[in-house]
Amino acid sequence: MNQHVTLNRRAFVIGTAAAGAGLALGLDLPFGGPSVVRAADGTPELNAWVVIRPDDTVVIRIARSEMGQGTLTGLAQLVAEELECDWSKVTTEYPTPGQSVARKRAWGDFSTGGSRGIRTSQDYVRKGGATARVMLIQAAANEWKVPATECKVSNGVITHTPSGKTTTYGKVAEAAARLEPPADVKLKDPKDWTIAGKGLKRLDTVDKTTGKMIYGIDIKLPGMLNAAIKDCPVFGGKLKSFDEAKIAGMKGVKKVVPVGDSAVAVVADTWWHAKTALDALPIVWDEGDNAKVSSETIAKWLAEGLDNAQPAYVGNQNGDAKAAIASAAKKVEAVYSYPYQNHATMEPMNATALYTPDKCEVWCGTQNGEAAFAAALEASGLPAEKVDVHKLMLGGGFGRRGMTDYVRQAVAIAKQMPGTPIKLLWSREEDMQHGKYHPITQCKLTGAFDADNNLVALHYRLSGQSILFSLRPEALQNGMDPAAFQGVAQSGEAAIGYSVPNLLVEHSMRNPHVPPGFWRGVNVNHNAIYMECFMDELAQAVGQDPLEFRRKLMGKHPKHLAVLNAVAEKIGWGTPAPQGVYRGIAQVMGYGSYVAGAAEISVTDGSKIKVHRIVASTDPGYVVNPAQVERQIAGSFVYGLSALFYGGCTVKDGRIEQTNFDTYNSMRINEMPKVEAVMVPSGGFWGGVGEPTIGVAAPAVLNAYFAATGKRIRSFPLRNQNISFA
Amino acid sequence: MANLKINGKTINVEVEDDTPLLWAIRENVGLTGTKYGCGIAQCGACTVHIDGVAMRSCGVTVSEVAGKDITTIEGLAAGGVMHKVQLAWIASDVPQCGYCQSGMIMAVAALLKDNPKPTDDDINDAITNICRCGTFQQVREAIHAAANA
Repeated sequence: MNQHVTLNRRAFVIGTAAAGAGLALGLDLPFGGPSVVRAADGTPELNAWVVIRPDDTVVIRIARSEMGQGTLTGLAQLVAEELECDWSKVTTEYPTPGQSVARKRAWGDFSTGGSRGIRTSQDYVRKGGATARVMLIQAAANEWKVPATECKVSNGVITHTPSGKTTTYGKVAEAAARLEPPADVKLKDPKDWTIAGKGLKRLDTVDKTTGKMIYGIDIKLPGMLNAAIKDCPVFGGKLKSFDEAKIAGMKGVKKVVPVGDSAVAVVADTWWHAKTALDALPIVWDEGDNAKVSSETIAKWLAEGLDNAQPAYVGNQNGDAKAAIASAAKKVEAVYSYPYQNHATMEPMNATALYTPDKCEVWCGTQNGEAAFAAALEASGLPAEKVDVHKLMLGGGFGRRGMTDYVRQAVAIAKQMPGTPIKLLWSREEDMQHGKYHPITQCKLTGAFDADNNLVALHYRLSGQSILFSLRPEALQNGMDPAAFQGVAQSGEAAIGYSVPNLLVEHSMRNPHVPPGFWRGVNVNHNAIYMECFMDELAQAVGQDPLEFRRKLMGKHPKHLAVLNAVAEKIGWGTPAPQGVYRGIAQVMGYGSYVAGAAEISVTDGSKIKVHRIVASTDPGYVVNPAQVERQIAGSFVYGLSALFYGGCTVKDGRIEQTNFDTYNSMRINEMPKVEAVMVPSGGFWGGVGEPTIGVAAPAVLNAYFAATGKRIRSFPLRNQNISFA
Repeated sequence: MANLKINGKTINVEVEDDTPLLWAIRENVGLTGTKYGCGIAQCGACTVHIDGVAMRSCGVTVSEVAGKDITTIEGLAAGGVMHKVQLAWIASDVPQCGYCQSGMIMAVAALLKDNPKPTDDDINDAITNICRCGTFQQVREAIHAAANA
């Protein structure tokens, strides 16, 4: 992912110039320059982000990936806002990672995870729009031989105010592209936004309603063959042998190839033929020692990590929690656990690769074009200028498509069949059993009160898996995974919202062989469940209202408190709920945003839960598209509650037991509560919205379940407790 | 080999009789709007109409549907005019990632044909497609909008 790539830039410049109409120089100037860079159709770039065609069409380049979260539309809104163009003339395109690398990463980071799509690129994409605007106005002023200060622009029409002369962006774009870009531009105050900040319609909706949208699984290339794959079902195991002769006569089969040292693929004319033959292929695995691992052995190992005698990394600490607990008037203790979860994107993993000794191209849905590029580079063995990745729409990402295992596999297969495009598609079963799972953890929480029922100490001891240990070991800090403390950290973008005089938050790292990944919400998910359910337990222990109990600890955390108050007010906390309806509440900070949720549920027979209503509040600093933020908030409850009720991947004989949606179910429309989103952007910071709300989905419902039944559930999914949706 | 009548056209596809309709549609006919999600008729991403009834095309073989009228998402717009469900979907900006939406739209179009004004309970009973993005609120809103269009 962080592989350093070098490139023969001159070769790329010539190639671009040949495809375009003019020169392509000065490619390392991200905001344009005296030399003109041209798009493939010959239209000059104002800068890497903006191309305006003579017919006034505005092409906005988007480096981050669209996977449903609305980032494509949101980023385009931000550029268009500063550009002051006509929104109805905006279209978008993805630059390829190869193009970006060739231009000294003109488009910056492609990674679309951690709810960073907008918040970590808003500054430079807005500058791209603003810089282009200044150049376009200057070009018109030059043509009219008037000062630019006498000109204004609205909807892509430039007016010379004193004379009333007008022109359009499309007419001056060619001249503007030749101008020196301004050294600095002032960005608009979000209060003055007219395009950003509005709930504009998504730019990709129509093709998603007609079947025309091309996802990775849909790409067709001339002469393309299809591959189905099986990786060793036990993680870490190897491919020992396969008996190709047994499927030699099967219809459509072209080739059977090993992929790396752990997988085998059948290549056929159609994927259905490939999959049918693969299912008939005798395969012998060397499963290795991991075949002895089960959910029970993992749980036992994690439970040992809850013992204070075992080593642990300290992630957040003040005072002396252990001493305060030892001398406290009253003590409360609880142990929670959270299972593995599969991302279960609706579109299973897939990638299409075409390899020749001179070129390797990949077509796929990816959350990180540059990571996919690096994977293709490594798997192909070719230099960077001979590799590129073409991003296609993602049928869901949720963190899974930030991984590049499927890209490597596709290239590895294509490399064994040079000149033939190979589309590799995982079956749902392969996808379920070869995920990068939400990490498994347990948590022992101990709270202590003084004689006046004030919370004087909290000991939060996590035991379990580290994502960074597996995926980004270079990000560990002296062995500690700082991300393990998301939501309970001392400071930063996922800081705890409570002040406790004596606090100890620590992590006993235990890494089972099941590969973990960034699963939408990541470590915020279980940390929010543990902390927010336990907050309710503490409140109950001293006979206090869960909201009031929290408020007393949140005086120094006004932003956390504000979103909590917002949901409390909207759901009517403190007023009687409808007959038979019970409420729960939760809050957390993640991805730079403050979120809270409140649930109203009813429970039948102690085990059938109907979630009637959710109120969810978010302070992400700024809201770029409220309609999309609202959808992210509502969708977060589907993702979070599906995991709570139906999820949970279990391990037997070293492999994941769940294989499809029959054993790893997901919420349907009949289970969907009414979700009321309350957006309270307070400004001054940029937070993400795709993930944080998932953290409050489960604890809000679990706390309401306690209110309804007096029962605490501390182990998930709920189906294991015979609790289901009504 | 099978003669499939898809979107009003009869197409001869060279496949084995037990090929799931989904894969014949996607790979042999070349219409990719119908999606693969699970292959076991759980998720509904592959929903098409067979003689007007919403069916999960991964669970039906080509030999079972030979000669029947099959409509895919690409054939839902009649004579170039979008179906009212598609129009409602656009008006409510329903899709997020959109992968499940072809199947969702086909399921809803079939529901409205049989039940032009479904209640929320009718929707709950009839629409069982999985959407991992969770855009169900917009789906419900758009169903009612289409019913009242």
